[in-house]
Formats: sequence, C-alpha cells, structure tokens
Amino acid sequence: MGRPMQVSRYWRHFKEKYRLIGGKCKSCGHVHFPKRPVCPECGSQEIEEFQFSGKGKVISWTIVRNPPSGYEYYKPYPIALVELEEGPVVLAQLTDVEPEEIDFGMEVEMVTRKVREFEEDGIILYGYKFRPPIK
Amino acid sequence: MRKPVIIGVGLTPVGEHWKLALRDLAVEALLNAMEDAGVDKVDSLYVGNMASGSFVEQENLGALIADWAGLGNVPAVKVEAACASGGAAVQEGVKAVMSGLEDVVAVVGVEKMTDAWPSDATRYLAYAADAEWELFHGVSFVALNALVMRLYMKEYGYTEEDLALFAVNAHANGAKNPYAMFKKPITVETVMKSPYVADPLKLFDASPIADGAAAVIITTEEKAKEFVDKARMVEVAGMGRAIDTINLSHRKEFLFLRAAKVAAERAYKMAGIEVKDIDFFEIHDAFTVMAALSLESIGVTERGKGAMLAKEGQIAIDGDYPIQTLGGLKARGHPVGATGVYQTVEAVWQLRGEAPNQVPDAEIGLTQNIGGTGSNITVTILRRV
Repeated sequence: MGRPMQVSRYWRHFKEKYRLIGGKCKSCGHVHFPKRPVCPECGSQEIEEFQFSGKGKVISWTIVRNPPSGYEYYKPYPIALVELEEGPVVLAQLTDVEPEEIDFGMEVEMVTRKVREFEEDGIILYGYKFRPPIK
Repeated sequence: MRKPVIIGVGLTPVGEHWKLALRDLAVEALLNAMEDAGVDKVDSLYVGNMASGSFVEQENLGALIADWAGLGNVPAVKVEAACASGGAAVQEGVKAVMSGLEDVVAVVGVEKMTDAWPSDATRYLAYAADAEWELFHGVSFVALNALVMRLYMKEYGYTEEDLALFAVNAHANGAKNPYAMFKKPITVETVMKSPYVADPLKLFDASPIADGAAAVIITTEEKAKEFVDKARMVEVAGMGRAIDTINLSHRKEFLFLRAAKVAAERAYKMAGIEVKDIDFFEIHDAFTVMAALSLESIGVTERGKGAMLAKEGQIAIDGDYPIQTLGGLKARGHPVGATGVYQTVEAVWQLRGEAPNQVPDAEIGLTQNIGGTGSNITVTILRRV
C-alpha cells in the first residue's frame, strides 16, 4: 500500500476534522465546510473561520460493505450525508447506531472518533463522525 | 473551422485480461484503428486513462504507447478526467484536428484494472472523489452512488426493481456485442438477488472492474477522402464538457447532473441540433441510478422521469430513446479511462450501420461520459457524413 507523508497531510486539517471549523464569507455571509479560499456563492476571497455546532440531520445514508483498502477494520459501516444545522452538508461515518435505526431526517451530533489506523508503526487518524444525540 | 471526422476504430474485448499488460491492450486497439482507417502514421496521440499510476505503477502513457506502437517521435500525452478520461481524450483529439495544428490524430483509451487487489481497486477508483473529505471517511465510489440512489428512490417513489430495469436493458444489448464483458441477458430477479455492495445499491446495479482499450482515428473531412469512402466517415458534430463540485456533499442538487446539462447544451449548440434529433444515446450507466439521472440531465426527459423511460420500455433498441445499444458500462464493461472511447467506437458502428445490435437508420448519436460522482462530464454528438 502506498504510504504518502501522512502526518503533515492530516495535522493540517485538525481544525476541521477535530473541531468542525469551516469558513464564513465576510462579503455575503455564506457558511461552508471545509473552509475554502474562494466563497462558492459570491466569489469573495474574504473568508473567516466559522465554528459549526455539530448538530445536524441525516439526508441520505448507505452501508459500506466493500470498503476501499485501509478501511476494512469497521466493515460494514454506515456513511451518511449530514445536513448541518447551519446549512452545509458533510459526508461522514455514523457511529453508535444500528443500520436499521437510521432514517431520513434522523437527528445526529458530531463526535470525534478513530477513522483509520495504518500498520503497527503507522499513525492513527481521527476525525468527526456523527451519532444519535445522547439525551 | 475544419470539420473533424472519425475514419477508423479499433478495440479489444472488455474483460479480465490476465495475460495482457496495459501496453498490450492499448497497442492492439490503436493498431486496429489505424488499420481500419488505412493510415500508417499519425501526427499525434492522446491517451485517455484514469489511474494507471495506481493500478499498474505506470504514468507517462503518451510515451509508452506511442513508443510501443511504433508511432515515431510524435507528440503524445495522457488525458485524465477520472472515468470521463476517454471522452475527454476524444475531445482533445478533435480540438487538435479542428485547430489545424494536426491533420491525423489517434486517440486511445485504456485501463488495466485487474492487476490490483479488489479492495485496492476500490480505493484507486475513489481517488476520483475528494480525497481529504470523502475518501478520508472510508467512502467507496459505489457508496457515493448509493447515497444518490437512495435519495432518487425517495424523491420520486421508485423501487430498487425499477432501477434494475436499466441493468436488464444493458445486458440484453450487451448479449449481442462480441466485445462485451457480459454476454448473457439477465432479469430483474438477477439484480435483486445480487448482494448489496452499499445499500441500496447491489452488485448488479454496478458496472464491473475490467481491462480494455479502444481507439479512434480522427482527421478532417477533406483529408479523410485520401483514406476511406464517405460511408465510413462519421462527423464529430458537437461536443461539450463541464465540471461540478468534486465533492458530492457540496452539490446544490443531488439529483441533477448540472455538468451534464451544461456539457449537453454546448454540444447541441455546436452541432446545431436538438435532443429530439438524436437517434440513440450511449450514456454513462456506471450505476443504474446514473443512467436515470443522465437521461434527465441531458434533456431526454424531465426530472424524475428517467426511470419511467425504462419502465415504459422506451430505452430498448426499438424504443423512442435507445440507450446502451452495445451493453453500456454495465454489460460491455467499464475499464474506466477507456470507456469514453468505447462509447465513441460503438456510436461509430451504429452510424456506419455496422452495429451487431443496429438502431435502424441511425443518423445522429450521443455519447455521455461521467467522471467522479457527476463532477466531470463530457458529451459528444456524432453524425453520419
């Protein structure tokens, strides 16, 4: 398996993947995730950081039964399109939920979880997943 | 502007070519096309390929294939647009001819996928998605299309059986194509009994991992007369391509292929035709739901009605909108970077009246080739000269 320089590749996304910080356009107010250099709505390059609440709802989902290599550990695992409270949609794994419990509009909240680990001397990647809220 | 015409086609069967390397497949298709066109040298070579670096650890395909095919010191490059690489390579070849810079151009699309482990192949295909924000989360390409399929069924009230009809049609047509990977007709039950790969998407909703190469020779109408009779010339009458967000989750609409609409409109305008003038459609049915969305996005039918065309039998050879006349990606097979060139070859067969599954009196055909989850799309209009 190819091993690109994984450490720097992932630490540069800590803000987004650990804390769900995205971008907000200073010109038109559009919020997006992840943060981009150019606003996808108005083209402005004046973008500031924006902290998302982590709350959202499921708009579509699937169960990955034949994962790409490197992701076999959790298989089968659910992946969903989650519409965040503030508007943008993100793709992420669902966790702490049985496949048959997942439904359109299901409320979820962001949690930090292990996403992937490389061989025994490799790094472990963490990131956001979503789960039904703990009440 | 010079009128570009295709004067020769060549291909290998699509399949698991354990004994053949990427270069063997490409050279065979290319030499077949040159022989078909009656040319013994070309001015340049464009290679459509998606992921040779990952699948077989080989880049620099322009040099590799031109060298091994004995083309001499021609300019040669690889064109990459994910699964739309073949369609994009054909269009780059056409542009070279139209510009006047090159007179006789070869285009070959090639992919060698079966040298990789299946789970690695799954990962390489996902490189067409957004690596940092989609693949990072363990999504496969099938899973991305499954997310769309679930939404399509919910939005318009279709069932898994409804979408299976696209696979049934493709296999019925592929059964007539000697170059297809699957030559057996199937039923809706076959699709429904196949295992889920990413729910609700089943194995038979998806095109197979495969090896193959296809090639075309493009020149001007004037120059073409030196090589072939008029009956063997097919004009590239129009073409367009466009991108959409690479990341599915960033799309404003999940059930409309905006890039296909833009690409198709450009192609129709250049060809001076409307969608109703088209006799058959070689669309990108890598997944059954993508066939439905493609028909809607290129203007064959309105939103939500794509799957209805399948239910009404209108996508069959004798229907109003024949699609996948030689099996499509689903049954002919989908060697990703080669697919757009296979589509072109098949459209040329139809327009020359040489197809094993002939659309009667076909004069105009359309090929639509999708890269990514609708993120990079080519549409090309071919017309009998």
